[in-house]
Amino acid sequence: MTPPPADFGSMLFVFVLATFIGLGVIRRVSRLLYTPLMSLTNAISAIAVVGSIVVTGADHPLTIRILGAVALFASMTNIVSGFMITDRMLKMFKKQ
Amino acid sequence: MIHLLGGLSAVLATALFIFALYWMNDPKTARRGVIAGVTGMTVAVVATWIQPEIVHHGWIVLAIFAGFLVGVPLSRVPLTAVPQRTALSHAFGGLAAGLVGTAEYFLWLGGPATAAAQLTPFRMSALVAEVILGFLTFTGSLMAAGKLQEVRWIPQRPVTYPGQNVVNIGVLAIAVALGVLLVLNPGTPWAGQAFLAIAGLALIFGVLLIIPIGGADMPTVISILNAYAGLAAVAMGFVLDNKLLVTAGALDGSSGLILSIIMCRAMNRSFTNVLFGAFGKAQPAALAAGEQKVWKQETVEGASQLLEQARTVVIIPGYGMAVAQAQHKVRELYDALTKRGVTVKFAIHPVAGRMPGHMNVLLAEANIPYSALVEMDEINPEMPQTDVALVLGANDVVNPAARYAKNTPIYGMPIIDADKAKTVLAVKRSKKPGFAGIDNELYVLDNTWMLFGDAKAVLADLVKQFGGGGIH
Repeated sequence: MTPPPADFGSMLFVFVLATFIGLGVIRRVSRLLYTPLMSLTNAISAIAVVGSIVVTGADHPLTIRILGAVALFASMTNIVSGFMITDRMLKMFKKQ
Repeated sequence: MIHLLGGLSAVLATALFIFALYWMNDPKTARRGVIAGVTGMTVAVVATWIQPEIVHHGWIVLAIFAGFLVGVPLSRVPLTAVPQRTALSHAFGGLAAGLVGTAEYFLWLGGPATAAAQLTPFRMSALVAEVILGFLTFTGSLMAAGKLQEVRWIPQRPVTYPGQNVVNIGVLAIAVALGVLLVLNPGTPWAGQAFLAIAGLALIFGVLLIIPIGGADMPTVISILNAYAGLAAVAMGFVLDNKLLVTAGALDGSSGLILSIIMCRAMNRSFTNVLFGAFGKAQPAALAAGEQKVWKQETVEGASQLLEQARTVVIIPGYGMAVAQAQHKVRELYDALTKRGVTVKFAIHPVAGRMPGHMNVLLAEANIPYSALVEMDEINPEMPQTDVALVLGANDVVNPAARYAKNTPIYGMPIIDADKAKTVLAVKRSKKPGFAGIDNELYVLDNTWMLFGDAKAVLADLVKQFGGGGIH
């Protein structure tokens, strides 16, 4: 296991940079599209799916895997419904 | 090799997610963003799934299948129900974070190495943050979704009681204090129970946080819950030492943050005021002083004549339009008026409706060109030259009292200057005040005429006047 302090530093570094990029990019998002923006970022943050896959699929005790499977289901629901409804809404803005 | 692939895929997925958001700056390129997002997500899922430690594939397939089974219908809800769906998806995001955090904690606690060695202070802090944020987002968003869906056993009106803020902050403080204790003593015999208690308190706190919140605050609250859901994913990334989770969560979190700030500004309120101010509580006799003015009612025939003789009409939609599902009738009116050479624009207040951008999506669904949708700051200078302002189920966002009435909760809130138009036509469901619980002065101005009734029915009557040629 890597020593915690170094770990923490690099993770924090990534977090701060990503937040700044996020703030910069989101500020330019068209005001027309705030609703689809929210469903899109929601689908993206369902990246929690990768954590859920590890908890569900690795050789863990049964109760742990059940928790993981429920989390995986929840994340997958967000990915599917999030991307699909975003596209559905954006289609309406495009056809004109 | 396969781990290197994991690292590279994380970089690729992050880049794709950033592009996805970047393309949202214009409706023309926005759909590319969805493709980028789906690609990034697929890359991340595949790269994780092929890692050697994943052995129970059946479970994963089953859970993914179930996700599709629920996700596809959820993506086909009517657009008026999009705020509920969004709140529900924040709930799912919070739940996933909370459950993964709980699972990881008990894995480390009961693992072969001693708990103290595995649960370093850094990891333990991240776990506590993940579980608190995840579970409070879960129940808080469920409550918000229930309120928006008008579920029977969830009170629509804000629920307030004396000492509410003390109770709320107390519950959160106990959870955080327990978390600090666990960070300091990860190996104590009561660690498991304490962790479960933190989870339970976070679940309770989510409910308590949302019950005092009213409908008009929903755009802000949904944005804040969005930020929390993103931060919960970031915390999960810290726990699992996964940078992709951190970057994607940070993008979501910053989006929620920016939207919250925009919503708060559009209401001239602070975060703390929204969460702890119980806005929706009716203000007793806010404008009671002065003589009681009465509104003047207009007939549909009169209103259609006013509209037909106008050169410019600005339509100001609000939640009432969404409730009545009147957007398609709005489109018919828009067509009828533009055909007669009337310039029609839509004035969109940032907090009109129940979530950011709600009105834009509904009007786009009805095929109204987005060039006709104008932001508050751009339309306000044009209002004095506008012949008719048609207020459609909007209330607090056009109340002139916001400019000067210091004792009302809407004081200082930027509004659409409907009152400055030459004539105001206001369509309203009932004679009751809006969500902020105050009377609307706009309705009793000399140049205002009221049309009472369901927005859809009133518009249908108006359109009939034009279509049938009955006014000539």
